[in-house]
Amino acid sequence: MQVKLSHPERTVDIKGPKKARELLRELNLVQEAHLVIRDDELITEDELLKDGDQVEIRPVISGG
Amino acid sequence: MNCTKCKTKAVIDLPRHNAAFCQPCFTTYVHDQTAYAIKHARMFGPDDRILVAVSGGKDSLALWDILLKLGYKADALYVDLGIPGYSAKSREKVERFAEAIARPKGATLHTHTVQEEEGAGIKELSNLVHRPTCATCGTIKRYQFNKTAVDQDYDVMATGHNLDDEAARLLGNVLHWQEEYLDKQSPTLPASVEGFAKKVKPLYRLSERELAAYAVLNKIDYIVEECPMAKGSKMLLYKEALNRLETDSPGTKHRFYFGFLDKQERGATAPQSMADKDRASLHPCAACGQPTTGETCSYCKMMARASAAKS
Repeated sequence: MQVKLSHPERTVDIKGPKKARELLRELNLVQEAHLVIRDDELITEDELLKDGDQVEIRPVISGG
Repeated sequence: MNCTKCKTKAVIDLPRHNAAFCQPCFTTYVHDQTAYAIKHARMFGPDDRILVAVSGGKDSLALWDILLKLGYKADALYVDLGIPGYSAKSREKVERFAEAIARPKGATLHTHTVQEEEGAGIKELSNLVHRPTCATCGTIKRYQFNKTAVDQDYDVMATGHNLDDEAARLLGNVLHWQEEYLDKQSPTLPASVEGFAKKVKPLYRLSERELAAYAVLNKIDYIVEECPMAKGSKMLLYKEALNRLETDSPGTKHRFYFGFLDKQERGATAPQSMADKDRASLHPCAACGQPTTGETCSYCKMMARASAAKS
């Protein structure tokens, strides 16, 4: 699956299938600081992501 | 995972509440939390005129959206700081939101452009006065938001500060034992002296992740990119530390900040004592008339130094 990341903006290829929770753990990202979006839809951590899915992991923390 | 309320498919899980919500139930949850905050902290009433401080980020645009949907009279002010490669994008997000969502509901967007009004962008100003960019930015924004609220007779000024902002700020203040700043961490700050607008934080019950989810689910187009000036900020570090704790122990941020507010309430009259302290120590700035502890306020001092350095 293609996973879009920010800060800095980049795309990485990750082998599926795996749950959103496992994807975050693999990328060493904490749930509380991120949203997982698949094909423009927000998903929960127990959703299974498959090869071919377009995934965005969006950081939610701002410095203000 | 199914929605805790209606049992349809959930789109977000909230470990701190041991709950998950579908889109409509989550939107209701966000509106209810905000409405409760407004009532509980006596922020404003249905007839009050509110000035929302907007930046183009998720929190302030979500706040404007929520207040308008709850039926409040909420206008907004955007301060264009002239940050290369960032301010133009954030301004575009704000103007688009104002045009598509706010204006049809009768709301107005005010804009203050630092480059035009102060004669230099934020970076140049901070170099001229030898202060960190974020400190210069904070001084200008606080001054201009207060000035617009007072000059244009708004009853209250609202900012998009969320639970993460308040918990991180509290952690910073406690780590450095800056007890004198703790009074200012209330969600409602009174208009303690002439020249100060009342300030409120209606989103203090909602986390940063919840507000980002609200923006995504309600198709609010906000600037995801971090302000380039905030790189390496202490606030980001405190937030990261708190989120590590939150992941292992959901509800940590809530307990930390709300425990502080409970203690503050039980200690009786923190907002009143802050008002008393302000009345005792503040008087009008000799140059502009806004309240200050010195002869002239930090904004006027900064601008005088900038003018002197330029000439």
